[in-house]
Amino acid sequence: MKILIQNGRILDPISKTDGIKDVLVENGVITAIEEKITASADQIIDAKGCWVTPGLIDVHVHLREPGYEYKETIKTGSRAAAKGGFTTICCMPNTNPVIDNEILVEYIKMKAEREAIVNVLPIGSITKGQKGEELSNIGKMAQAGICAISEDGKSVMNAGLLKKAMKYANMFNLPVLSHCEDNTLVGGGVMNAGEMAERVGMKGIGADSEEVIVARDIILARNTGARLHICHISTSGSVQLVREAKLRGENVSAEVCPHHFSLTDEAVEGYDANTKMNPPLRSAKDVESLKEGLKDNTIEIIATDHAPHHIDEKNCEYDRAAFGIVGLETALPLGITHLVEDNILTPMELIEKMSTNPAKLLGIDKGSIQVGKIADITIIDPNEEYEIDVNTFASKSKNSPFHGHRVKGKVKYTIVNGKIVLNDGELI
Amino acid sequence: MLRSKDILGIRDLSSEEIIHILETAKDMKERIENKKIREKSLKNFSVVTLFYENSTRTKMSFALAGEYLGADVSDLGVATSSVNKGESLVDTGITLDQMGIDIMVIRHSMSGAANVLARNVKASVINAGDGVNEHPTQALLDLYTMYEKKKSFKDLKVAIIGDIIHSRVARSNVFGLTKLGANVVVGGPSTLISKNMECLGAKVTTDIKEALKDADIVMGLRIQLERQKGGLFPDLREYRDLFGIDEEMLKYAKPDALLMHPGPVNRGIELSTEIIDGPQSVINEQVKNGVAVRMALLHLLAEGRKNNEDIDSEWTYTRPYIQNRWNQRCIG
Ligand SMILES: [Zn+2]
Ligand SMILES: [Zn+2]
Repeated sequence: MKILIQNGRILDPISKTDGIKDVLVENGVITAIEEKITASADQIIDAKGCWVTPGLIDVHVHLREPGYEYKETIKTGSRAAAKGGFTTICCMPNTNPVIDNEILVEYIKMKAEREAIVNVLPIGSITKGQKGEELSNIGKMAQAGICAISEDGKSVMNAGLLKKAMKYANMFNLPVLSHCEDNTLVGGGVMNAGEMAERVGMKGIGADSEEVIVARDIILARNTGARLHICHISTSGSVQLVREAKLRGENVSAEVCPHHFSLTDEAVEGYDANTKMNPPLRSAKDVESLKEGLKDNTIEIIATDHAPHHIDEKNCEYDRAAFGIVGLETALPLGITHLVEDNILTPMELIEKMSTNPAKLLGIDKGSIQVGKIADITIIDPNEEYEIDVNTFASKSKNSPFHGHRVKGKVKYTIVNGKIVLNDGELI
Repeated sequence: MLRSKDILGIRDLSSEEIIHILETAKDMKERIENKKIREKSLKNFSVVTLFYENSTRTKMSFALAGEYLGADVSDLGVATSSVNKGESLVDTGITLDQMGIDIMVIRHSMSGAANVLARNVKASVINAGDGVNEHPTQALLDLYTMYEKKKSFKDLKVAIIGDIIHSRVARSNVFGLTKLGANVVVGGPSTLISKNMECLGAKVTTDIKEALKDADIVMGLRIQLERQKGGLFPDLREYRDLFGIDEEMLKYAKPDALLMHPGPVNRGIELSTEIIDGPQSVINEQVKNGVAVRMALLHLLAEGRKNNEDIDSEWTYTRPYIQNRWNQRCIG
């Protein structure tokens, strides 16, 4: 299979390439990137006006399988990923059963091999059953191929246990993906604590519940030498904590989700539970800080925290509704609309945060579009304008607060291991 | 005329709408007092009460309001119905809608529950208290009581004392009173009050004397013992000594200040028995006004429904959720 991509704007953060070139893909590998390639090909893609980028990588996705297949499966989640331009996704372990041993890791890998159309890398839990009591089979899971460990959905509240987990994970060179939330401070809150919570009469989740754990985990990582990655950073104070840790030279990274830089807690006003997520949508001041953090590279990764839920879990009382929104199919347009168009990031920086840096965190040879690399490629039309319509989503769930939002930027082609899985906007 | 098919909160009402409701309630109060002029303006209207949280008093008040106007009022015994078997709020609402209910009155422990119900049904929804959010009918009866006695809200000083943070009554009153030009001070222990209340236009203080100083209206709120167990204050004795209102404290307010309380009162805790039964207390009056205000709301909603029956007007809200639901079913 030979694919020739013509006249696209190549964006490669590793070699700092930014220019109009042709790309040739042969048998799953990029074989040439040149001004003009005249070779014959099985498919020629006209990428005029488009960005040709390394395939996007999402380090934070919930695929819900096993256990909650009515929300999403490895198959449907991977299709949503392909539509969103992602060629590699990492799936969180808070399934049922929890991914806490090698047998379940093997199960995910086998299912992914059979049914997924993008690369799927499993993440193992930190403690057995995510109960916060005993370490999971981190070593056996590492052998079976997990890319990281995480207790996502909650924090390991026992600091002593987390410290042991960090030390232990170090042996296997696994990053620790930290969901920062002190549950004694959350107190049944469902949205950001602040003026809007006051206005709509709902219990708030304060910034302190996140920041206390960010600070704790940074300290533990410093003492254990662990590779700490802060998931879905959402407050001004957290950004500051990470910034300071980095200035001290510590090995910490952070991700932000598109919804946290695109919306504020104002969106909660009508009690639409599609605006309910954890951490919650924050204040305008927090959003400003997140953007500053993206700009000065305190936050080097954009991840979706794609969290599918069934309509019945959202069309109900806000307190009762599940936390989380789908994100794979809206991440790139939200990034272009709210970061590139607003001059927070250059196109190259956006791609770096959505592909190159995630690859670095995971320690995988991806996130670059260069000769000799595996052909994971995304082709994006940054100028196409449209309204987000949840009914077009490939994800099994439609829980997005962005239905009807006008955005700019559309994924046209997704190529995984040299195979076109999204062709001119249509899944194959 | 009301702009919406529902009464979900004072937050959504304009000051004109509030005054219109209060004026209508005046007429309704006469109907309660004089049987001869009771008019069955709600003949053939069906009202159902859905109380996910118990309140015999409010439920009774709605039932009587409906009956005085000639409506058919029924109660979905939430404790004994399918709701108890796990049926969702939305499904319950849709079922009642199919049965032709015109007005649904809902009380729920979760904020925003009435909003969710309202956008999933064609019926008009009245919020009879949702979580810590709003209790619009209670606030309207409070407003009515003040309106009747003080004639105007302009520059009225209203002090609301107690567990502000968990009080939907306090919140609805703040929304209403500030809209109508009154000054509201909320007072209580710092763990039962939020500074953010200031963004709603109320003054916030932990100094009860300051709150009561020259007040035209003093409103006490019920203290719940489980708050103490939750660690929000040390015990009832300390609460009474520091934040309770008795004859001495009431003297800080204006001599003709009204004493109000949404009930039921913990005698001797938030208010002393002497003042509850004293000359400034209008606590019993509030109960009667509650029926009048609820009659007014039923009357106005029914009027709106009659006017909008055959026209596909703006007034019959679009229901994004239902549309979503169907769309999503179709694409599987
Ligand atoms: Zn999380
Ligand atoms: Zn997550």
